[in-house]
Amino acid sequence: MGMEGIGRAEAGRRALVKTRAGWRLAALAAGAAAMLAVVGCGGNSGTTAASTPKPVIIGLITKTDANPFFVKMREGAQSEARAKGAVLVTGAGNASDDAAGQITALENMVSIGAKAILITPVSAGVTAAIRKARSEGVLVIALDSPTDPVDAADALFATDNSVAGKLIGQYAKAAMTGKTVKIAMLDEAPGSTVGKLRHDGFLAGYGIPGTDPQVVCVGNGGGNQPDSQTAMENCLTKDPGINVLYTINEPSAFGAYKALVNRGKQGQVLIVSVDGGCAGVGGVVDGRIAATSQQYPLKMASLGVDAGVDFATTGKRVSGYTDTGVTLITDKPQTGVDSKDTKFGLANCWG
Amino acid sequence: MLHALLARINREAEGGGRYALARARAISTLGPLLALILASIFFTTRTDRFLTSDNLSLVVQQVAVVGIIAIGQTLVILTAGIDLSAGAVMAFGTIVMTRLAVTHGLNPFESIALGLGACTGFGLLNGLLVTGLRLPPFIVTLGTLNIAFALTHIVSNEETIANLPRPLTFFGETFEIGTTAITYGSVLALGLALVTWFALTQTIGGRHIYATGNNPDAARLAGVRTRRVLIAVYTSAGLLYGIAALVLIGRTGVGDPQAGQSANLDSITAVVVGGTSLFGGRGGVIGTVIGTLIVGIFRNGLQLMGVAAIYQFLVTGVLVIVAVAVDQLSRRRRA
Repeated sequence: MGMEGIGRAEAGRRALVKTRAGWRLAALAAGAAAMLAVVGCGGNSGTTAASTPKPVIIGLITKTDANPFFVKMREGAQSEARAKGAVLVTGAGNASDDAAGQITALENMVSIGAKAILITPVSAGVTAAIRKARSEGVLVIALDSPTDPVDAADALFATDNSVAGKLIGQYAKAAMTGKTVKIAMLDEAPGSTVGKLRHDGFLAGYGIPGTDPQVVCVGNGGGNQPDSQTAMENCLTKDPGINVLYTINEPSAFGAYKALVNRGKQGQVLIVSVDGGCAGVGGVVDGRIAATSQQYPLKMASLGVDAGVDFATTGKRVSGYTDTGVTLITDKPQTGVDSKDTKFGLANCWG
Repeated sequence: MLHALLARINREAEGGGRYALARARAISTLGPLLALILASIFFTTRTDRFLTSDNLSLVVQQVAVVGIIAIGQTLVILTAGIDLSAGAVMAFGTIVMTRLAVTHGLNPFESIALGLGACTGFGLLNGLLVTGLRLPPFIVTLGTLNIAFALTHIVSNEETIANLPRPLTFFGETFEIGTTAITYGSVLALGLALVTWFALTQTIGGRHIYATGNNPDAARLAGVRTRRVLIAVYTSAGLLYGIAALVLIGRTGVGDPQAGQSANLDSITAVVVGGTSLFGGRGGVIGTVIGTLIVGIFRNGLQLMGVAAIYQFLVTGVLVIVAVAVDQLSRRRRA
């Protein structure tokens, strides 16, 4: 009886081991199948070459998959690629500073035969990989932010973030003429390239150095709503008299606005921002934001796809810097500062 | 019989009798408390805007969300586990609640219940994977972190959800004591800390959590159903992340898919700075409350002083190292 029990337990354990091994095998097989499917897809576009003209493969590598800005950029590239009969493959890093993830994506795209690769480089960490891809005959275009150094890529299609900051700086200066001004600035995060360009641009547009006593508070809002709310609350505690607010982007502006509402100070602070997403322009329409510098991520992507297809068919390489433009959007224009109204902003917004 | 055994395990693990246990717990809370007081004195001498009831109420509001997550994280870390999925699960909760209420027009209370359910479900999944497949909590919650992150972005379609009905934003509303506005979210966070403190120190279930963290094998031999304890701990933590989601919605007034991305590390920081040991079985929720306040007070105080944001990271880093070093040294001395 006792022996039998042990025997049964032993058999049970063996069966368990067996099922575990089987399980692992099944998982491996499933993983392999999934990978083959992916490779198969990539291969398909190559094998159809015999019957139809070989579709051009264009790669797009963004910083992350999650940020709405990059999601819109991908959508812009996708629709342009479809229109031109090209195949778009996409990749991204895991975080906004994940150079290794971008390099992996880049190498994979070169190996499946992409003719052109559009990339929003996260840092100088991807520069060597970009040079290597170009040495293998691939056209590489930097989107949104420059490579470090700029000439590591064939061309740069981007918004001038410095000008974007400058426009709202000039706007704030004009709007506050003759008033005592206390400025708060909410940045993205320490070390952000785009953040620094916009920040310094704003100061240049306003015509003051960062050390000017009119700048009473500089906070770190992470470019997102909750952290910007916290940073603005602390700024208002530091100086309740703040009446001009620069924010790195519109989510940051909305977070700061919530802090103002909680203090009963809405409408008393002139808020200027950058991005021009549809939600952001909505904030200009309802008066939460006074003015925002609108950028055009879809345009960057579609121009990039065009240039890639052009290169694949004619061999012509684009080069240099193409400014995809920035427009100041406001419903309260100031003399001496060029701007368009929210009707234009909503017609051209992304996201 | 069972409890005598348990008490002995606890005694042995703590290296002495009840007195030593109490003393060890006091030391692990006293250090952080001292740091909190010193930091407060420092900032008070540096800026006259720091030590005001308005500013202190503000700091509590600012840390309420991470604080509630850190309570859940404390439970997990007391069992020698770790929960990396905390912030992502919370973000998923905010999207479930707001999207159901706004986009699908569901009754706000039902939306809240379903959001809490979703977060609790994630906690249960963590618990089942940790106990059922015996995978390390680090790996399990790394997996669920990514799953919750992906679901958040798929379900939200990357859009921030605004125009929320009132019950959803209740915890962002304030009442006044004197002239100081206090949010219901702050009160809820403190209330949850109290309830958890009571459960950990005054109930048998709480003792089982400590015993499981101290020495799972000994606890199991003494009759503690350690698997059930672990499942209960991860599930409760999930529920707490759901409550944090509701408080966050109240604070920001929106459902934001970008929220909570650093909340896992922030909550672990608060727990560790509060003196809870990453090796399990030592520490508690009072320490976590203090740890959360320390991190919040440094962020607030340094900004009031006009110190660049990067120094906040520097200070936090030093605090973490000091806290872990103190824990290690005190262990070694008693061993």
